[in-house]
Amino acid sequence: MASQQQLSVIKGTKVLMVGAGGIGCELLKTLALSGFQDIHIIDMDTIEVSNLNRQFLFRQSHVGQSKAKVARDAVLKFRPHISITAYHANVKDPDFNADFFKQFNVVLNGLDNLDARRHVNRLCLAADVPLVESGTTGFLGQVTVHVKGRTECYECQPKPAPKTYPVCTITSTPSKFVHCIVWAKELLFAKLFGDKNQENDLNVRSSDAESSSEHKDDVFERKKDEDIEQYGRRIYDHVFGYNINLALSNNETWKNRNRPRPIYSGDVFTNELTRQNGNMDKNFATDDGTSVSAMAYLGMKNPQDIWSLVENSRIFLEALKLFFTKRGKEIGNLSFDKDDQLAVEFVTAAANIRATSFGIPLHSLFEAKGIAGNIVHAVATTNAIIAGLIVIEAIKVLKNDTSSYRMTYCLEHPSKKMLLMPVEPFEPNKSCYVCSETPLLLEINTLHSKLRDFVEKIVTAKLGMSFPLIMHGSALLYEVGDDLDEYMVANYAANLDKVLSELPSPVTGGTMLTVEDLQQELSCNINIKHREEFDEEKEPEGMLLLGWTQPFLAAEKDDNKSNGNDASTSNASTTATVEAEMDDEIDVIHAGKKRKLSEESKDAALGISRVADGTKNHKVLEVLADEDDLVMLGDEETGTKKKRLL
Amino acid sequence: MDGEQLTAQETALYDRQIRVWGADAQRRLSKAHILVYGMKGTVAEFCKNIVLAGVGSLTLVDDRMVTEEVLSSNFLIPPDENLYSGMTLAELCCNSLKDFNPMVRVSVEKGDLSSFGVDFFDNFDVIVVSSCSLAAKKLINKKCRTASKRVAFYTVDCRDSCGEIFVDLQDYRYSKKKLEETINCHLQYPSFEEAISVPWKTLPRKVSKLYFATRVIEKFEEVEGRNPGEASTADLPGVLKLKKELCDAHSLNESHVPDNLLERLVTNTSEFPPVCAIIGGILGQEVIKAISGKGDPLKNFFFFDALDGKGIIEDISSDSNTGK
Repeated sequence: MASQQQLSVIKGTKVLMVGAGGIGCELLKTLALSGFQDIHIIDMDTIEVSNLNRQFLFRQSHVGQSKAKVARDAVLKFRPHISITAYHANVKDPDFNADFFKQFNVVLNGLDNLDARRHVNRLCLAADVPLVESGTTGFLGQVTVHVKGRTECYECQPKPAPKTYPVCTITSTPSKFVHCIVWAKELLFAKLFGDKNQENDLNVRSSDAESSSEHKDDVFERKKDEDIEQYGRRIYDHVFGYNINLALSNNETWKNRNRPRPIYSGDVFTNELTRQNGNMDKNFATDDGTSVSAMAYLGMKNPQDIWSLVENSRIFLEALKLFFTKRGKEIGNLSFDKDDQLAVEFVTAAANIRATSFGIPLHSLFEAKGIAGNIVHAVATTNAIIAGLIVIEAIKVLKNDTSSYRMTYCLEHPSKKMLLMPVEPFEPNKSCYVCSETPLLLEINTLHSKLRDFVEKIVTAKLGMSFPLIMHGSALLYEVGDDLDEYMVANYAANLDKVLSELPSPVTGGTMLTVEDLQQELSCNINIKHREEFDEEKEPEGMLLLGWTQPFLAAEKDDNKSNGNDASTSNASTTATVEAEMDDEIDVIHAGKKRKLSEESKDAALGISRVADGTKNHKVLEVLADEDDLVMLGDEETGTKKKRLL
Repeated sequence: MDGEQLTAQETALYDRQIRVWGADAQRRLSKAHILVYGMKGTVAEFCKNIVLAGVGSLTLVDDRMVTEEVLSSNFLIPPDENLYSGMTLAELCCNSLKDFNPMVRVSVEKGDLSSFGVDFFDNFDVIVVSSCSLAAKKLINKKCRTASKRVAFYTVDCRDSCGEIFVDLQDYRYSKKKLEETINCHLQYPSFEEAISVPWKTLPRKVSKLYFATRVIEKFEEVEGRNPGEASTADLPGVLKLKKELCDAHSLNESHVPDNLLERLVTNTSEFPPVCAIIGGILGQEVIKAISGKGDPLKNFFFFDALDGKGIIEDISSDSNTGK
């Protein structure tokens, strides 16, 4: 394998790695061992304790430092004579433009979020540099090859949409623990500690029907000079007691459901409340806000324990109090963060108390944290395997060995005796708006929808553009950039609040808009079709983007919440979205149409479908074929099996 | 279970993997004792994986000195003569591995593993050997089987862009969840010697060609008195001759053991780092499964060839091939 020819190809290669996390650490090591001598690596993240179980280039003493830089230094210890250039930066920084990408022979992704993956995909297309993409979840993983014009691009196929729940399930009729978590995190936590000015359509209430009046919001305001203990118990009694009672008054709701039980703090702590905070005076925590813990104050240690109702109630009150007494300055600006111990404690306790009301089994803090933070399972072994497969594909790409390109799945349960299953890559999707020039179609009410809605829900959320420019013919309607003059900025701001048909250059049915992202060098055309009515349940956005295979896709948050267009979009009133934080996540397993690279290979030998269990992201691969040598993915309806020898 | 709890430190460090295999499995891992023999690139990968996973202890056995070949694929050894001279491979790897996870005891045992007494094997739950002669593999496997408790035995080797794993879990019982039910499973493994004695013509037609090719090379090295991996292109005629003899003896059509595959395996006997990562990863996963009792362990061979990219499980045992 390591022939002279291959070695010289490897030595002369300049490779860009994006991501120095789970896959990245393994990949950098394997690249260095394989003889690569000029490696550039970008990662904006810093090292955390929970990385250390698999990101083996990092040690306890590195916590808080740049992943890219520590990874470089660690690899240089066993390969001192190669060149590794580390960038502690966001790959979406404008410095990393198409010209930057053009200097590389191949780009290797070890990323943890969809947003960045799409961005890198576009830059690779713009720079015409091959991309090897990867992802892992638990024991599952995949590696895919994306070469412009030859194989599909990363965005040719739909990506799974984040799991969403109907609002009434969250606010009134939870039946699973995850519903209680969403309620505690998205509603209660946001209401108490988040931005007060932010429009929150998801009022904390027990029944949509009962409480349309807004005066109840006042309940959440801490009154002047109100004792913090009193305030906590007032909130407790309101959300777990009063609101449930209110909901119970609507008999219709409970006809076919178990009636929830209201819980008041007085019933939980008969007469012992005064003693519950015995540890309060001890000086546990430092002034470092994020290390404050209600569990520590209450002497509870094991995150695997499932707390009783009394314990949950104590944690709830204690956490609330600690937020006000120790982290008062942050109140009003907090958003839930899985690495914020106190926030996790509060959400766990609140979710468990609510679960008690509704007769739903309780969960430990450890489990609740995983659900609330959408933490993806990760182990070192899968990342190591995937990194090895990436290097094998990268070498094929460098040798231009096009007929050998494969996408490979790493499976948990063998399929056709295989744990590692190579599949021939698909050809580009001719209707992909990213790598082809096919226009999209947008159905929208041009008399009601504003330009802002279009920008937020389509351009940013669906098309994933960071620096968009919107044109109608030669008229500029909107633009984002650093170097705009004030006049233009004011002009664009004014346009944002206009409905489409009233823009200076009116957008109506039949209009074609051009949307570009100059950094990503992506341009696409959108044909506008006017439509009066939208189904509030099925089409909550009030518009429908067609002409590309993806039915819906919300932008995903990455670890650092850089992407603010999720739950706060203006009328997310029918669904509460649970974002997936991905840790080197496996993104997609194709279930799509037949898309073959070579003409002679036809028909499906294999259908693979993906089943996502909303909270855990378990993927199930279903394999239908049993022939040998080369497996192809394809249409499940295609009954015939064919094989193609290598 | 045993009532012992993971510490807060363990829970924080192992958070992401506990979400994969559970706190129970993590506790079992932390009590497992593992020994490896033959510190080349694939074993280095394996050691990294299980030290990160948090096993109780890892014992390294390899008294050899550093060679160019070892340096090329083993990232645990700094390529600086001032640092490595005078130390054995096991000692050098031990120093690096200790650093990976302070909660795992990593140590070195000197000597030739195949000459150790059976009672020594009692100290371990898992033995992994690499770069071993055919005779040593058989002997060590036998000692694992005669130990007073079950000692899982694995062999692992990579050449060119190919890799092989062999697994002997002896009499192995585990449970798995299927839908809501928990099913008790029972697997009976043959020893290495028993497995390779299964007549080739009784194996399924599509058994991996790597299985046969590896047996030919293994046999060649034994007959010629070579150390594992000690072959070159010059040996190809001898290897092809042996292949013919073996195929004849087993009444197997020679096309099942392609000449070009044998040529690859003798021409480039060194490890290819991406394959080390893949094989070391699969082996790590299997050992974790066997210790934790979670998930179906592979039975009993695994093959990977970067040329076709397939990672295949083969069951080579006398009872499993009847009727196929």
